[in-house]
Amino acid sequence: MSGPRRDPDMVRPYVRTQGRIRAREDVRLESVVIAATGPTDTLGPDARRVMRLFAGADGGLAVADIAAALELPPSTVRILVSSLMDSGHLSSPVAAIDDQPDFDLLQEVLRGLRSLV
Amino acid sequence: MDFAPLSDRADRTDRTDESTGAEGADRADRSVTYVPATVTRSAKIVVAGGFGVGKTTLIGSVSEVRPLRMEEPITQASAGVDDLRGTPHKTTTTVAMDFGRIHMAGGRIALYLFGLPGQSRFQPLWEDLAEGALGCLVLADTRDLDASHDALGLLDSAGIPYAVAINTFPGSPSYPEAELREALALDPATPLTYCDARDRTSSLHALITLTEYLSEHRSAALLESRR
Repeated sequence: MSGPRRDPDMVRPYVRTQGRIRAREDVRLESVVIAATGPTDTLGPDARRVMRLFAGADGGLAVADIAAALELPPSTVRILVSSLMDSGHLSSPVAAIDDQPDFDLLQEVLRGLRSLV
Repeated sequence: MDFAPLSDRADRTDRTDESTGAEGADRADRSVTYVPATVTRSAKIVVAGGFGVGKTTLIGSVSEVRPLRMEEPITQASAGVDDLRGTPHKTTTTVAMDFGRIHMAGGRIALYLFGLPGQSRFQPLWEDLAEGALGCLVLADTRDLDASHDALGLLDSAGIPYAVAINTFPGSPSYPEAELREALALDPATPLTYCDARDRTSSLHALITLTEYLSEHRSAALLESRR
């Protein structure tokens, strides 16, 4: 009837991400997200797979972890996660606005690395 | 250190099978270690260098979780042109990126380490990786210093601070530091250090050298901006 099934990776990215074409600037490969609430029955299949990863999880996952776990391109997962944050299904682990300057983060990382050797 | 190289794709059998019920058509999900609920911030360091220079080994040595691999399909002839993605005539190649994670600051910070394929033709991917990175550790092998040039060129043009670590392979020739700096065309301020990527402590010291430099770099920039 129809031709051979296309490789799922060949699906146009905006189909996977339900219209969103760009990731939020604060959603990077290392950005950690945690599950919030909301019905998942209106979500697309890839978004549902992301949400199922969080089912029963006591902790978060970074965008990169999700991409590796679901074998999806990281660029697509950045957009999917952005979309799921917009809809309130996922949230950042910090509720308050994080105004800690990057310099402090660097100092903490330096202290952290030194404590490991 | 208990470390299985990522090139061994046998780890693909290590999966949690969640493909049950209505979602049964899904591919099985790969097992993943959750980020502890204590983590409120994350940071990223990129590990770059030529093919086979030991990026994945270093990440595996220092990571506290089993390193994972992401795969990004790149449409070669039309990178960056979305309209043409998915057309069957385009060559799609897959770029693999390995990454690991260290938890620190009493579990409040997760530091991610991403390995970057050295070839500059993967530039679109590089932008995703570089965005927000604290900095970059460039691994080099004295048997093939030229292999580092793609990564160094990318970093220089993107203005991302980096340190260079010579991965000391057994039998690699050693050269005086001045010669190495000249061969790699390093700025006098750029740190040049040595490490054994298979050794956790040695690899951590290379990351500390980088982070110390980033810290000085940032202090100088902050002072400059206040003038």
